[in-house]
Amino acid sequence: MDTLLSNVDWYDIAVASLETLLMLGGSLIFTVLLGLPLGVLLFLTGPRQLFAQKGFYAVLSLVTNVLRSLPFIILLIVMIPVTVMITGTSLGVAGAIPPLVVGATPFFARLVETALREVDRGIIEATQAMGATTKQIIFNALLPEARPGILAAVTVTAITLVSYTAMAGVVGAGGLGDLAIRYGYQRFQTDVMVVTVVLLLVLVQLLQSVGDRLVVHYSRK
Amino acid sequence: MIEFFEVHKAYPVGTEQITALQPCNLQIPSGQIFGLIGHSGAGKSTLLRLINRLEEPSSGRIEVAGQDITALDAAGLRAFRRQVGMIFQHFNLLSSRTVAQNVAMPLQLAGELSRAAIKDKVQQLLLRVGLQDHADKYPAQLSGGQKQRVGIARALSTDPRILLCDEATSALDPQTTGQVLQLLSEINRELGLTLVLITHEMDVIRRICDQVAVMDAGVIVEQGPVPQVFLHPQHATTRRFVQEAEQLDENQLHQDFAQVQGRILRLTFQGETTYQPLLGRVVRETGVDFTLLAGRIDRIRDLPYGQLTVAFDGAELDLALQRLQAADVHVEVLR
Repeated sequence: MDTLLSNVDWYDIAVASLETLLMLGGSLIFTVLLGLPLGVLLFLTGPRQLFAQKGFYAVLSLVTNVLRSLPFIILLIVMIPVTVMITGTSLGVAGAIPPLVVGATPFFARLVETALREVDRGIIEATQAMGATTKQIIFNALLPEARPGILAAVTVTAITLVSYTAMAGVVGAGGLGDLAIRYGYQRFQTDVMVVTVVLLLVLVQLLQSVGDRLVVHYSRK
Repeated sequence: MIEFFEVHKAYPVGTEQITALQPCNLQIPSGQIFGLIGHSGAGKSTLLRLINRLEEPSSGRIEVAGQDITALDAAGLRAFRRQVGMIFQHFNLLSSRTVAQNVAMPLQLAGELSRAAIKDKVQQLLLRVGLQDHADKYPAQLSGGQKQRVGIARALSTDPRILLCDEATSALDPQTTGQVLQLLSEINRELGLTLVLITHEMDVIRRICDQVAVMDAGVIVEQGPVPQVFLHPQHATTRRFVQEAEQLDENQLHQDFAQVQGRILRLTFQGETTYQPLLGRVVRETGVDFTLLAGRIDRIRDLPYGQLTVAFDGAELDLALQRLQAADVHVEVLR
């Protein structure tokens, strides 16, 4: 074991794992907080929806698409001044969260929009016929009915964020990706590379199975 | 009373306006079951949705109990909608809520009753529709008929004066359809609710409606009490619906009758006369011969009726017809 993984410093691995988890957790929370309303807005203003607003939707849709088509590695660098403004640093976990959130929010919002579109229009109509306000339609009918779809969207987004955090290592964010690049790649320490990749794999598997379970738990169809 | 004054509805499709409802005047009396029948695209669904303004009229005025509902603001409309229940072809229950939570939903949205009062009311409603043992199930665990019962309980939860039924039985099998229609009829009788229902099946109209309006291409082509419209349809569209319900093909029938001697008549009995031995007596007294060609004895809501196609032959034919007419039998000479 010692010879096989001679380059692996388990303390470094533990610290890097913790950093990855912090980046993931922090960016996921903000992504959901920002992306959920954005997704709802995209849905409501979309064609033939409750508040169809052709112009507004077109602009919002374009901005979302532009942010989504930007390669994340470019976004990481472009975002540096903004990140410094928000967190005071472009390094470490705190420096990684703003670009991660900006990268993942449009992606998550689109998934939310799709999940909301899956809700039967008849349910919205029935809720309107009950005399519901728009707010009630959103919070009492749309979001609860789309919950399994939204949970699936959170799962997919979390997994995407895992790979983004690894990339964030390039600009000094720390975490498992950083370790893999600095030791595994630049110093040819294959064993470090393997350990970090295995850990990332376990993390992704874990996220997927927890997400799947939640989706099943809340599906009543 | 629901009244339509010159109500017109058109949709913009691209640059054109597609008319869904031609300017329409209509009166739906309180406490009745009013049926709207038409093929898909005839405008019946639009007309129904105008009543609770799920569709906004392009022009015209709609009054419910003397109140102009087309003039209501958003808050007024929400309050009005609570007085109008609605059930749907595909039930439109929330899959994320249990049966009890679905029924409670309109009351929760209204926010007027306490939690305990809502719970009580939901229990009563579930008892009324026979689902008291299914309160904690999710809609996916229910049959179609049960889902529609939940829909009915939910629609009744805010004690509405009007219940709109959008093809409420079209997704159900014949037996379940019968049970749901029975329930709707009971609700109309016991709670005095006005029911407006749309359907493409004449049989639904025959079984529970008091009045019917027949729609074709955005126009009401025929309207009246169900026995009159069903037994003596005037418009071609109405006749087709009745024939579909009776599973008759008039052309085929006329070909088949080519061999038959004498005069071919359609005799219509209503109410008491249906079960009297009239035909036998007239035939005996006048000495005419008769052949039964087609017929049905059934009910229109509660009214028994019989409609027989017969061939009469003999010297005293005209006298026989007079006797039948004198006994309140409607006689129509087919040939």
